[in-house]
Amino acid sequence: MKFGVVRFPGSCDEIDALLACRRFGDAELLWHKDRDLGGVDAVVVPGGFSYGDYLRTGAIARFSPLMESVIEFARAGGPVLGICNGFQVLCEAGLLPGALLPNRSLRFVCRQLHVVVENPDTVFTRACEKGDLLSLPVKHMGGRYYAPGIPEEQVVLRYAPGQNPNGAQDDIAGVSNAEGNVLGLMPHPEHAVNPLTGSADGGRLFESVAMAEAPGSAGRAGFGVVPAG
Amino acid sequence: MTERAIARHRELGLTDAEYEGICDRLGREPNAVELAVFSLMWSEHCAYKHSRKLLRELPTEGPYVLMGPGENAGVVDVGDGLAVAFKVESHNHPSAVEPFQGAATGVGGILRDVFAVGARPIAVLDSLRFGELDSARSRYLFDWAVRGIGQYGNSVGVPTVGGEVYFEAAYEQNCLVNAMCVGIAPRERLVRSAAAGVGNHVVLLGARTGRDGIGGASVLASAELSEEDASKRPSVQIGDPFEESKLVECCLELLERNALASLQDLGAAGLSSSSSEMASKGRVGIDIDVSRVPLREADMEPFEIMISESQERMLAVVDPSRLDELLEVCDRWDVRATPIGTVTDTRRLRVLDGDEPVADMPVRALVDDTPLYDLEPEQPAEPLYAEPPRRIAPGAGVEETLLALLGSPNIASKRFVFEQYDSIVGSRTARRPPDADAAVLVLAHDSGSGALAVSIDGNGRRVACEPYTGAAEAVLECARNLACVGAEPLGLTNCLNFGNPEKPHIAWQLTRAVHGLRDACLALGVPVVGGNVSLYNEGGGGPIYPTPIVGMVGKLPDPAALPRLGFTEEGHAIALVGPFEPSLEGSELEKLRGGLASGLPRVDLQAQADALVRLRAAVRQGGLATVHDISDGGFLSALAECCIAGGLGARLEPLTGDDAGLFGEGPGGVLIAGPPEAVEAVEGARLIGTVGGDALEIGDGLSIPVARLREVYEGAIPGALATPAPAAGSD
Repeated sequence: MKFGVVRFPGSCDEIDALLACRRFGDAELLWHKDRDLGGVDAVVVPGGFSYGDYLRTGAIARFSPLMESVIEFARAGGPVLGICNGFQVLCEAGLLPGALLPNRSLRFVCRQLHVVVENPDTVFTRACEKGDLLSLPVKHMGGRYYAPGIPEEQVVLRYAPGQNPNGAQDDIAGVSNAEGNVLGLMPHPEHAVNPLTGSADGGRLFESVAMAEAPGSAGRAGFGVVPAG
Repeated sequence: MTERAIARHRELGLTDAEYEGICDRLGREPNAVELAVFSLMWSEHCAYKHSRKLLRELPTEGPYVLMGPGENAGVVDVGDGLAVAFKVESHNHPSAVEPFQGAATGVGGILRDVFAVGARPIAVLDSLRFGELDSARSRYLFDWAVRGIGQYGNSVGVPTVGGEVYFEAAYEQNCLVNAMCVGIAPRERLVRSAAAGVGNHVVLLGARTGRDGIGGASVLASAELSEEDASKRPSVQIGDPFEESKLVECCLELLERNALASLQDLGAAGLSSSSSEMASKGRVGIDIDVSRVPLREADMEPFEIMISESQERMLAVVDPSRLDELLEVCDRWDVRATPIGTVTDTRRLRVLDGDEPVADMPVRALVDDTPLYDLEPEQPAEPLYAEPPRRIAPGAGVEETLLALLGSPNIASKRFVFEQYDSIVGSRTARRPPDADAAVLVLAHDSGSGALAVSIDGNGRRVACEPYTGAAEAVLECARNLACVGAEPLGLTNCLNFGNPEKPHIAWQLTRAVHGLRDACLALGVPVVGGNVSLYNEGGGGPIYPTPIVGMVGKLPDPAALPRLGFTEEGHAIALVGPFEPSLEGSELEKLRGGLASGLPRVDLQAQADALVRLRAAVRQGGLATVHDISDGGFLSALAECCIAGGLGARLEPLTGDDAGLFGEGPGGVLIAGPPEAVEAVEGARLIGTVGGDALEIGDGLSIPVARLREVYEGAIPGALATPAPAAGSD
């Protein structure tokens, strides 16, 4: 199982994502100017401020050479996880529905909170049960998800009741595409893989991807821990 | 000297005597370019002309010191082949003129100081001072300075892990924004700023040079603020964190490849100071051709190019054989790199505009042989500061007093601030606000090399009461915060924020405060490895409180054994440890009562230092669940903070102390909690109660629900900011 973590200029959390992935498989950085995905099995588009995000968040990154390959990879069914700025990039790229608007407070917010797993039937949530609570941090200024009419089965994660940090529609924290192989979320699972730095709950998302690729793990899997690669 | 020449040098902030000094050193009158360069290099900000003699008294040597004052940042050895670089710097006057960009570029500047020595920035901390929040100006400066720090730090991908904020009327006109950065590097990657190798290229990296920040060091940083400061906005630089993040990665890669002979950031006075300081340290000369500098505006004059403070620029010295490699790395990171000069053996800074020489100055005259002034300290006979307005009713009881303290913005929760900062990027943050008194960052991602603890502290009001003791207490407070997480201090950085040193009473504050810092550092055995001085912090209302800010970095062996600030479990025993003799002088309660003492009780520095060694050892035992330093608001405020942070109440024996015992301040007191046997095992622990319930209960007389404490503590700053501005001209 090999993860590829995209590195744009201005990415901030790419090393964090790389370290998180390496707890569950192999992982390498993918450079934004390249087109080759290096044979990875899953792609993580990490958080940060790609190309400075001085225009609309994610609006420039979406046009990078590497993203063309990522879009192709996703359309062919490859697992693609977009975290925070990565979520914004995937929306801009048309891989996910909806858009991310500035937080209702118009301020950056960094906070540990809980999300509820609404749909455990995606490549990224197979290691979870419906209704599981995950402790994850958020840190963003443009995380107010907006997608009128999004089908309920594409809502994968919701902020726990009363914990919506940004005014997102219907408390939506993470959504998938219709096929379930692309997930975008505002919370940072890569910053929740070690109890020492806050929580280990985010590891379940990476674990899910690794499990999905493991031989004989068709369909829903349990809570088994995948050894670090 | 012609009338016009006199007007010109005075306009640039030079005295007549200083102008004569320039003529002596040049052997002629300076031309316009040279005068501009000298005016910046001889400013207080660059030349430390009123503080340099005094700063020599600070201890700078210690077993862990790898680089001391004089380099871009101080560096200490943390073992396992790793070094930690850190420094604090002020950006006060720019922030008072334009808080968002002023604060943002303060962060950008201190990051560059740290990666200039080859260290990857891993943490930012900030120390902020504003006027009271009932002033619309202070609310504006506070709100936008916090946004500016957040915007820069968050975008560049360095976590902001700690800091402090105080609100006092003395900072109404002249807010303080001090930023500290901590970085980490393999020891062998450290690089100095001394230019070396005659014939080597001098390469400018990063952003284009524009007209922003022209004369910032002299116009803004080395003179008192005045009414016309809005007109100084063009002197404030504009930050571009995206450019900075590329610059960080690019420079670190160049250093990893060992491609650079030396590296220096461009800060105050831009190219002038970076090139002349590199030349001075390397005992060489530098020629710079301004016609090769990439510009934002084509028609810039040579003097503007030399003194521009455009952000996100670095100056590198590179051997000709490595130039192609440097250009290739920069191209990959989309970082502009332009050879603009060469290292010479002349020991002169020569500025060329194409083939035409436009300035030629001895490096020594710019950097080393600069004016030095003796301070003329004189203790003020009358108090320098007005007493604050009374904010609490006479005769208020214990409950009312505690709630007033928790609701005072100086003590109240700073959640409004720290939630606007990314405190976790980098995956090192084991303790973020408000988990502990010091932030804790693991050194290696497998946690195998232990962890760093970092804190930044200072209490200007206490220094105003008594500069020597107040400054010493800042060092103790910082060291105590480190000890609360079991860390041993390795080095200290400081930023001395004071008023106009040419005034005898300010000179007295500065001298006394530096002596207090010195003696506390000696008692603790902690060297000063770098710092910054910000003088002339005065507005229309007089000088700021004298505000020495202390930043400290320490190391702890095992981050898994860390206690927290809040209570964690019902039934834990609560105890008080440390040599704690609280008094109301200089306390927050004294302020709420409308007082400002002249003088603080003497502090036994050695006893304090010894107690910190014991506290550190007790924390490292690993049995304590809760450790919290007693600071602003005294014993009962600290206890309430433990309850609020942990969401648990506490039951205490009936009170015997007076106001001073309950709410008084002073160094040395620490609250601990944990399983009774662990707490009782701590030498000198005085048991005072038990964790439990959902209220802070004291004897039979007092019971305040934790929810009520939290409401007041968390609500104070958001509430103060929501205060609508008084309607202008209303009847």
